[in-house]
Amino acid sequence: MGVFAFKLPDIGEGVVEGEVVEWMVAVGDSVKEDDPILSVMTDKATVEIPSPTDGVVKSLVGEPGTILAVGQVCIEFDVDGDGNSSAKSEPEASEPAPEPTPVEEEVVEDIQPVVEEKVEEKPVAAPTPVVVAAPGARPLASPAVRQRARESGIDLASVNGSGPAGRITHADLDSWKEAGSPVAAAGPSRAARTGTTEIPVIGLRRKIAESMTASYSTIPHFSYFEEVDVTELESLRVHLNSTRTEGQPKLTYLPFIMQALVKALGENPVCNALYDDEKGVVTRFDAIHLGIATQTDRGLYVPVVKHVEAQDVWTSATEMQRVSQAARDGTAGLDELTGSTFTITSLGRMGGLGATPIINKPEVGILGVHNAVDTPVVRNGQIVIRRMMRLSSSWDHRVVDGWDGAVLVQRLKALLEHPATIFM
Amino acid sequence: MNVRKCKVLVVGAGPGGYVAAIRSAQLGMDTVIVEGEKAGGTCLIRGCIPSKAMIHAAHKFHDLAQHAKDGGHMGISIPGPAEIDMAGLKGWKDGIVDRLNKGVEHLLKSSGAELITGWAEFKDAKTAVVGDTQIEAEYVILANGSVPIELPFMKYGDGVISSREALDIDEKLEHLVVVGGGYIGLELGIVHRMLGAEVTIVEAMDSVLPIFDKELRRPLELFMKKNKIKVNTGVFAKGAEKLDNGKLKLNFIDKNHADDESKMQSVEADRVLVTVGRRPRSEGLAPTGVALNERGFVKVNEKCETNMKGVYAIGDLTDLGEMLAHVASFQGEMVAEIIAGKDRIYSPLAVPAIVFTEPEIVSVGMSPDEAKDAGHPVITGKFPLAANGRSLTQEAEKTGGFVRVVAREDDHRILGVQAVGTHVSELVGEWTLAIEMGALLEDIAGTIHAHPTMTEMTHEAVLATLGHAIHIA
Repeated sequence: MGVFAFKLPDIGEGVVEGEVVEWMVAVGDSVKEDDPILSVMTDKATVEIPSPTDGVVKSLVGEPGTILAVGQVCIEFDVDGDGNSSAKSEPEASEPAPEPTPVEEEVVEDIQPVVEEKVEEKPVAAPTPVVVAAPGARPLASPAVRQRARESGIDLASVNGSGPAGRITHADLDSWKEAGSPVAAAGPSRAARTGTTEIPVIGLRRKIAESMTASYSTIPHFSYFEEVDVTELESLRVHLNSTRTEGQPKLTYLPFIMQALVKALGENPVCNALYDDEKGVVTRFDAIHLGIATQTDRGLYVPVVKHVEAQDVWTSATEMQRVSQAARDGTAGLDELTGSTFTITSLGRMGGLGATPIINKPEVGILGVHNAVDTPVVRNGQIVIRRMMRLSSSWDHRVVDGWDGAVLVQRLKALLEHPATIFM
Repeated sequence: MNVRKCKVLVVGAGPGGYVAAIRSAQLGMDTVIVEGEKAGGTCLIRGCIPSKAMIHAAHKFHDLAQHAKDGGHMGISIPGPAEIDMAGLKGWKDGIVDRLNKGVEHLLKSSGAELITGWAEFKDAKTAVVGDTQIEAEYVILANGSVPIELPFMKYGDGVISSREALDIDEKLEHLVVVGGGYIGLELGIVHRMLGAEVTIVEAMDSVLPIFDKELRRPLELFMKKNKIKVNTGVFAKGAEKLDNGKLKLNFIDKNHADDESKMQSVEADRVLVTVGRRPRSEGLAPTGVALNERGFVKVNEKCETNMKGVYAIGDLTDLGEMLAHVASFQGEMVAEIIAGKDRIYSPLAVPAIVFTEPEIVSVGMSPDEAKDAGHPVITGKFPLAANGRSLTQEAEKTGGFVRVVAREDDHRILGVQAVGTHVSELVGEWTLAIEMGALLEDIAGTIHAHPTMTEMTHEAVLATLGHAIHIA
């Protein structure tokens, strides 16, 4: 009998310790190799550790809650033989010396008989008569064919070999892929894909990654959602679009929301501000400069419509279209890409039930606009169909209280539900 | 302490480690390889290569001695006896080893891998200290290799030697006793017999080379008998005593009467060579946390992954595959590619094994018995060296060898090929390829084999398996 000491193995990239969740064995228990013995929680996951050996548990280290270091002995077993804790005994002279042994061919389960229908349904797949591989033998294929099958996730036992004695060729793998596996004989190949593509995160993508991280890791976000009845706004929008003069842009909801924000932000200046958290200063703005989150081929840009407070709805629509087109074309200048005091992000027709937008630091709030949908709602005890739009907003809770954010969104809702008040 | 961070750390520059390091560097990974002795490992420095050099020299001397003694054989005679200077022989052998060592160092350097000389001491699985350098790696390939097993009652030293010292003998021996009749003991025993020493083999099993079947062993046993190598099988070695005359006395006893002191036999020798096998050099690995099996081999899966993430082990150190240089090299190349992202596993159909005795014994794939045990319907065919022209011209038939093919009766796939005979080892390449490619008897039968070469025997043995060999009645 010897003692086998087992150290907590390296259970994941960068994991140096784990917390004991549960010992599944107790001192005196007999265990078999690979029986689960310990459940350990790391900062990434909870992992079950299997027994490294057959034996009887001699001692355990730690109870639930104990932190074990990787490499620390956590359990000892009494095992047959010498274990790993005592000196290895020398084999007796009688023991045969390890010598080069002729390799034994792996014993492979019987190959399933070839599926007849497959040959009939897909005559292209197997142009030559299919030879049923000899029972009791592994599929016949060269090393290159075996490696290719491995990389393509193809089980050679399921491939009809067209060569002598059913030998599988590269062409047979091609046919198998065209035909799909016997299980999924119809339709495209269901072969497991194992490839990966590495895309370096550089340029704009890296900038986006950095600013999102900076924003999300320093700003305690809180989100607030509301539903707005835009039935009247829709009717105004349709009317204006049908009567617009040449040269006037087609109006979407956004110019109205921009105009409503002029009022709402003006009344709640706490939300129209930049917070320099290093200096500890919040700067409130009289001007309303609205960032418009814009998806481009190169990634996310936020071009800015300046001084919305000095615009009417037509100008706002024109300006918004101009700056977002410039961003998409890559012609936007630095002036058009900086200086916003608040940002709108619209998913347009993609809609969605809600989102938790990330604040465009150092701004203190962001508004997400979802699509307007005809929805059954209750008005005066009756179910009626109204055009409803959802708004999602996020706020920097360090400088915007929940109350302030809610007040702004409620004000915005009131303005949008009674569009005449936007202009009064 | 200097810190050297790298992507891949390879421990051990033997045939597994140095191949892993070169492939790893070829794949663009920052690679460090650590070796405590000379780059090249057991195989190049103190195993396969030096022993093959000694074997070649022993044959040469043996032939010259014969021409000197029975003048006129082949019409060649030498006036006076052939002489051997063991120190000169050792120097020549060391020159070959040196060239290969320099070659490996050069290959490592050209590939971009950094060779650090010294013994690696692990602090944890990914951190090793060599001298005053701390190496911190993302991936580790353990290729520590193996060492000769020492018998507890007959420790190395004072005339009791391992294969390593046996290759550095620089004096003529009168009598060499070999404990352990495996391939290493027989190769070295036959070398010293050919160089003129008396040789006695002491083996516990009922035959030498018990892993090979009787048919394959027979020509070797005949050769040893003819050359007066004394073979004692079924006996236990019981220790060596130093005698007053400076020689050693090796005691051994019939294993069926091991407790009966009166049955003790003994033999006097200049050296006792102990070749009872090799064990993995895994004793320094405790800080890495890699799991070992009960015999001290590092446990790995078919990707050579240990239980520690990012730590791989290859070659003699592991419980995967035979303790053979070419297995280690194959695994080394594979692991480097796995680390670089390729999906590979170790699953060869055929691992060739060669015993460089006289005659040589070669085997790849399954023997007839192994094939039957595995459930295959088996057919076999044999062809003797005595019926092969090329063999006759180089007197290779004198040791009575043959080539034997094992195939499946129903689909004719080749399952294994074995041979025994002088110069047969070089034939194994074709057989290994045939098995890996899934060749049928008809594939080899349909391939033209050059005349006059020994490869014709492969063709003929295949024809014999099909029932229609040409050059044998």
